[in-house]
Amino acid sequence: MSPDSRRAILRDALGIAIASGAYAISFGAISVASGLSVAQTSVLSLVMFTGASQFALVGVVGGGGSIWAGTVAAALLGSRNALYGLRLSSILGVRGSRRALASQFVIDETTAMAIARDDPRSARYAFWATGVALFVFWNTGTLIGALATQAISDPKVFGLDAAPPAAFLALLAPRLRAREPLAIALAAAVVAIAVLPFVPPGVPLLIVALLVSVFGWLRR
Amino acid sequence: MAAPVTWAGVLVASLACYGLKLAGLSLPQSWLQNERLQRTVPLIPIALLAALVGTQTFATGQHLVLDMRAAALAVAIVAVLLRAPFLVVVAVAAATAALLRLLL
Repeated sequence: MSPDSRRAILRDALGIAIASGAYAISFGAISVASGLSVAQTSVLSLVMFTGASQFALVGVVGGGGSIWAGTVAAALLGSRNALYGLRLSSILGVRGSRRALASQFVIDETTAMAIARDDPRSARYAFWATGVALFVFWNTGTLIGALATQAISDPKVFGLDAAPPAAFLALLAPRLRAREPLAIALAAAVVAIAVLPFVPPGVPLLIVALLVSVFGWLRR
Repeated sequence: MAAPVTWAGVLVASLACYGLKLAGLSLPQSWLQNERLQRTVPLIPIALLAALVGTQTFATGQHLVLDMRAAALAVAIVAVLLRAPFLVVVAVAAATAALLRLLL
């Protein structure tokens, strides 16, 4: 790996990390506005460390759902990271404590950065550089957003109750570049809204997850 | 909401998400190579995120409501179509709701 390509990887990793740091600020703000403490918010970013799952958990709780519905939604959203791990395991070739550490960094951004490289050394370098930079910025941003929101008395004045849907939309948009995902997304939203008055908060998500799993499994 | 149950949920969910990552790196490749599994798992975030957009916009608890959040979502959709960065999408949506509440 040449110094040039190493620099290019570092530059990309830092760019991704800074962007996600800004996104973490909104996570910290939404989480505290949803009623979680600053400490709980920080633990989510330190230990869970996978954006969509974190947003889902605080979104369900903020919407009046039980913490356990939020927990299941977060785990379901985290299932894709297992498939990322599968793709990365041969590239990374890590064992023991290094594997335990690498696991924490198995997320959308690090996977995209690693599998975009041609040679394994660059891929490993991209994975670790992106993982470490993102972890630092993600957790710093979370803390800033959480502390700032804790300091304001009524988050509704700043429209923070309208922030979670926009955050989910922004996470969803890159996955909708084809017709089928778009149709699935629309159907999922309609089903969730339709069943909402009849089941406890948070449960519509689980119904939708079950339906889409059955659909994905049975379709050819 | 510093209740012990919230802490329990936060910790269980966090460890479950970590466990899924660890499983991906640790389990024999053949276990996860199932073609149906590979096809199904990527659909889950799409459906869940869309369901979250819908329920978080049009509901409070178990009640369907139409309020400033719908206007905020409309603005967010425009921002997404214009390929605005993540924070801008969230910020314009929040600002829309805040501004409408101030004016109306």
